Amino acid sequence: MKFLPLIWSNLKRRKLRTLLTVLSILVAFVLFGLICAIQHALVGGVDMAGADRLIVRHKVSLVISLPGSYQQTIDKIPGVAGSAHLTWFGGIYQDAKNFFPQMAVVPQEILDTYPKVVLSPEQKKAWLNTRTGAVAGRATAKRFGWKVGDRIPITTAIWTKADGSQLWDFDLVGIFDGQDKATDTTPLWFRYDYFDEGRVYDKGHVGWYVIRVKDPSQAVAIAKRIDDQFANSPAETKTEPEGAFVQSFAKQIGNIGLIAEGIMGAVFFTILLVAGNTMSQSVRERTGELGALKAIGFTNGQVLCQVMAESCLLAGVGGVLGLGLAWAFVLQGDPTKGLLPFFYIPPDNLLIGLGICLALGVATGIVPALQAMRLRVADALRRM
Amino acid sequence: MSETSTSDGALVRVEGVDKVFHRGAEEIHVLAGLSLQVPDRQFLALMGPSGSGKSTLLNLLGGLDRPTQGTVTVGGERIDQLSDRQLARWRARHVGFVFQLYNLMPVLSAERNVELPLLLTDLSKAERAEHVRTALAIVGLSQRAKHYPRTLSGGEQQRVGIARAIVTDPTLLLCDEPTGDLDRKAGDEILDLLQALNREHGKTVLMVTHDPHASARAARTVHLDKGQLREEGAK
Repeated sequence: MKFLPLIWSNLKRRKLRTLLTVLSILVAFVLFGLICAIQHALVGGVDMAGADRLIVRHKVSLVISLPGSYQQTIDKIPGVAGSAHLTWFGGIYQDAKNFFPQMAVVPQEILDTYPKVVLSPEQKKAWLNTRTGAVAGRATAKRFGWKVGDRIPITTAIWTKADGSQLWDFDLVGIFDGQDKATDTTPLWFRYDYFDEGRVYDKGHVGWYVIRVKDPSQAVAIAKRIDDQFANSPAETKTEPEGAFVQSFAKQIGNIGLIAEGIMGAVFFTILLVAGNTMSQSVRERTGELGALKAIGFTNGQVLCQVMAESCLLAGVGGVLGLGLAWAFVLQGDPTKGLLPFFYIPPDNLLIGLGICLALGVATGIVPALQAMRLRVADALRRM
Repeated sequence: MSETSTSDGALVRVEGVDKVFHRGAEEIHVLAGLSLQVPDRQFLALMGPSGSGKSTLLNLLGGLDRPTQGTVTVGGERIDQLSDRQLARWRARHVGFVFQLYNLMPVLSAERNVELPLLLTDLSKAERAEHVRTALAIVGLSQRAKHYPRTLSGGEQQRVGIARAIVTDPTLLLCDEPTGDLDRKAGDEILDLLQALNREHGKTVLMVTHDPHASARAARTVHLDKGQLREEGAK
């Protein structure tokens, strides 16, 4: 602790250079935090997916529907605790850029399947009693300023009604919350019976099934049983854990993890060069001072530790400030207003960030620190 | 006589020292069979032309370098046999260095510069501050404690350097051209200070200098030429 003023003073030696280096590290860590949040938002659903839930979809593609009659068969398969089906609506509210997921569901089934969705008993009752009723997640309701009792008009290019119209009206009867922030509160759910009766084609079909299994350890066996059950039928199924399903959804826009790791790798490699150059210059320009320190009794190890401490402090200040700024930004919420429902930095990513800070400090400091340690006092004093 | 001096009263004893540097395949013999004894509390001036090995000898006496051959004993301890780590510890305890170009840390104030050697001790912050105040008072710079080196004159910077050298109360002060970068007036003040440290505070002072005016302040002067010492005679 008593060496801290010396270490800090050395960083203040070239204030502009130190400031620019700290800023470059700060920007790298802001980027790290934001990319973590975006990556988590895009594939985070994989981690949040229930281990006890399986998704049954058409074997060929997610966009091909499955017969609604499959549900009775699925429910009878040993190990299945219950099921719900969802059908993608793909609608537009007011403007095409106002994206949020809308799905036709059976109210009781969906609430049983997703127990972390919190809907008041009164609103649940209203939903069960209103054919045109819909419930919206808190995030989407807040985004559009919806309140219970509003009529929500949504246009879809996929589902045409018998009168040729593609405009569907829904009565908002409830707004649901999540028990935790990992629960997605962006969807709008409306009743399947109203939807199925109104559309002109694909009646009796659903988009996919969500299956609850009694024992998660048996999930693989149950998935095989389901797929075997519908093998060689006109609509063969592919059953997979909910996490894998979410992941395949996210992969439609590319391998997010690889892209993120590529960007971060490039950023940190650049920062390594920038900060490493700063530390090397810093040591080079005070060779004589380091020699004087050794002359008055500082050991080689103490000189090495001093330089390492400087580089770690530099990386630490930039890194912690950067992570803090990213955290503060992410706290403002999903910047896309709905595309990234899980937009936050997971705590373990913050810990990884702090670890990278330390690693960056060590990596940038180790070479100049070793150079400083190996300086011969007599030689160094001549270079004052 | 100091507790650390040998039985014959010599604080520093150099015997048969050779120092050879290598430049590629070439061997440069800087010191050859050199012997020297410096009694405790003596003020010794070491003179000689450039390249005569004055600074090399000073480095050997201060434990900054090791002889190729021979022994260097300071305060009864064979410092030529100590490891790098042991030498660093030994320097911190027993030697104060005064450099021609002061070698102060420009990013630290005068008092922080003086405090540096004390960071290697177990003293508390308050104790360190007390030692720093005392050292700065001895060199007459109490009023400039908060000043940074760039705001001090050359003479004042050298005073800070001397305060840093004496703050741990070392036995031996090794001064490498302490007035070499100063004008006559400032140089005289520094020499007065070194004399006072020798006479009033009992420090053994070894001073390398080119300047006969400076060496005249010493009690004894030795000349080094071509690796050999020649005594001028005690005063």
